[in-house]
Amino acid sequence: MRLQVRMTPARWALLAVLVTGLVTAVYRFWVGLGAATNLNDSWPWGLWIGMVLTLVASSGGAFVMAAVIYIFHSRTFRPIARMAVLTGFLGYLSVIMTLIIELGLPYRIWHPVVYWQHHSAMFEIAWCVMCYTTVLFLEFVPVLLEKLHNHRLARAIHAAIVPIAIAGVVFSTLHQSSLGSLFLLTPGKLHPLWYTPLLPVLFFVSAIGLGLSVLTLVGLAARATLGPRVRETLRLETLREMARAIPWVLAVYLLLKVVDLAHRDGLGLLVAGGREAFWFWVEIVAGVIAPMVLLAFRRVRESQAGLAAGAAMAVAGIILNRLNISLTGMVATATSPYWPRWTEIAIVAGIVAGATLVWILVVENFPIFVQEEEAEVVAAMGGRLSLQRQVLHTGSGSPDGR
Amino acid sequence: MRIDRRKFIRVTGVTAAAGFSTELARRIAGKAPSVHASVSGAGSTEPGGGDGAGGGSSKPYGMLYDSTLCIGCGLCQQACADKNGLPGGMDPDLSDRTYTVVKEVQVQEPDGSNGVRYLRQQCFHCLEPACASACPVGALRKTPEGPVVYEAERCIGCRYCMVACPFGIPRYQWEKALPLVTKCQFCADRVARGERPACAEACPTGATLFGPRDQLIAEANHRIEANPEGYYSAIYGLTEAGGTSWLVLSDVPFQQLGLRTDVIDQPLPSLTWRVISKVPAIAGGIAALMAIAAYFTLPKETGPQERGKNGEGRNR
Repeated sequence: MRLQVRMTPARWALLAVLVTGLVTAVYRFWVGLGAATNLNDSWPWGLWIGMVLTLVASSGGAFVMAAVIYIFHSRTFRPIARMAVLTGFLGYLSVIMTLIIELGLPYRIWHPVVYWQHHSAMFEIAWCVMCYTTVLFLEFVPVLLEKLHNHRLARAIHAAIVPIAIAGVVFSTLHQSSLGSLFLLTPGKLHPLWYTPLLPVLFFVSAIGLGLSVLTLVGLAARATLGPRVRETLRLETLREMARAIPWVLAVYLLLKVVDLAHRDGLGLLVAGGREAFWFWVEIVAGVIAPMVLLAFRRVRESQAGLAAGAAMAVAGIILNRLNISLTGMVATATSPYWPRWTEIAIVAGIVAGATLVWILVVENFPIFVQEEEAEVVAAMGGRLSLQRQVLHTGSGSPDGR
Repeated sequence: MRIDRRKFIRVTGVTAAAGFSTELARRIAGKAPSVHASVSGAGSTEPGGGDGAGGGSSKPYGMLYDSTLCIGCGLCQQACADKNGLPGGMDPDLSDRTYTVVKEVQVQEPDGSNGVRYLRQQCFHCLEPACASACPVGALRKTPEGPVVYEAERCIGCRYCMVACPFGIPRYQWEKALPLVTKCQFCADRVARGERPACAEACPTGATLFGPRDQLIAEANHRIEANPEGYYSAIYGLTEAGGTSWLVLSDVPFQQLGLRTDVIDQPLPSLTWRVISKVPAIAGGIAALMAIAAYFTLPKETGPQERGKNGEGRNR
């Protein structure tokens, strides 16, 4: 299996960020968490946990689209099935990488498999992330198998895709919400603007929103940078259709947040001033209300710039929510300030850069932007037509000239 | 046909989402934290006696720290360091090398003048510890005798226990290559042998008393009743976090000593358990819902006989 690696200035830059991150990771293991981070007894969790929350929520598009495509049998979104799975899979691999850096004893990361404490939200998360990453792997493996011309196993997985996707929805719902449940144990620490018994529901809903927004942005970026072959299969219309759901999800999210605040007599906190209120407003206005309103208009969705701007705002807003919960909302009750050290930022950047590079590598070497239905048919016919189809696809024009 | 299915999904989905979210929100938000746990400490009303981290037996032990009797000599701190082989035992604050610390606190006397009190800080050994419920691998465990012990072999270093503890007690060995969590272990090995913890043994004034928790509470109440002027009329740890094994008496308001007064009275593990306990039901419900959806949204024309000669799939 030969892999084609095409380097551009942007990819060299990403590689530089990845290498910096790798070197910093070695440094982190060499000198220990105390010397490599600004974490301390008052801030046991910092940027890296914020990143884990962000990465998991960002990968939420995979289970949503898998449900839409494989459970609800949507044909509209079939062309982006593999892109959604790939993005989710790399997202979860990034989560695992971040955890390996973050844990004090990462060689014991397998402990939740044998040591059970089922009252812990983190135990549930560990198991569901393990199971869901396996689901993502199963959903992705047909792509690898196709390249290796092994069609029997791919067909078996295709046959079982509905239960696999259902398992994916179950595991995702559980752990996306449980990441919110983690903070249920912090009523005296997390600021009341964010602390609520509703945290699991809010995390789940926003994960759907963030997942779809990330897929929209990723799709737009792929269309813009990866050439005409990608643009044939990854149609703007498909991304627009997917983005139609985002304002609805954001609306439900906003409604839940407002109703919850009112129910807890917290509306006064909105006008109380101070750091927390400020960042809450930024999160809600720039990150939820603005994209919700923007993306509700068809005219905005039909313009690439509008679509990108709306999706980007939603991405920024929900990432800000995760950082507000793990960082901003914890400042007032901490006994010392916390800012991420450059090492923490370098490792986060390195992991994201690495995931991006792998994403590009996979897209340029594996049948990601191929009509999946077609691929199934090819598989069903024992791969005999694969060579002809590949020749068609490497042609400069497409059959219908779009 | 396509429009019908979309409409079906949209209507069902939005209705279900709205109904489900509202119902869920109502259920979760509607359960306000209870204000008082029972004195004996098995305060949770969850089935099975609350958090299954091992607590709730008949006579857990505790320690009563009467700060009015504390002279700040630090012998307890020294004894703890000696017993546990800790080099930094006399650090001014809890750390990865100090499990208990006596702090000098500036307070306001009733007549307005400035005064000094002493407060010993250490793990509260909660009756239903948040740390034990947080730990994904069960490295922290409430023992029937009362101590909340840390089993280092299980620990993966996620530090969730540090986030969960409402008193901010667990510390971490940040400087080590293979770091562990550190906190007072209540001399669990000594207690198991029928001895007192080292700090209680060392205290020259009786400021630290060791005994069954309910007896200590009775003693504390007796002291308050016998000398109402000399005590702030509350026992810290009676109901905080659902009740703790480390109890504190004071003659000034607890806040002045530096104790956190915003700790809820409900056992913290119940805040998580009321969500996590629903995991099997949620998993089953979603699986069923998705299976039904998969069946009802199957395209009408299915089956291998529908494939065209050239391998074209279903219609549309």
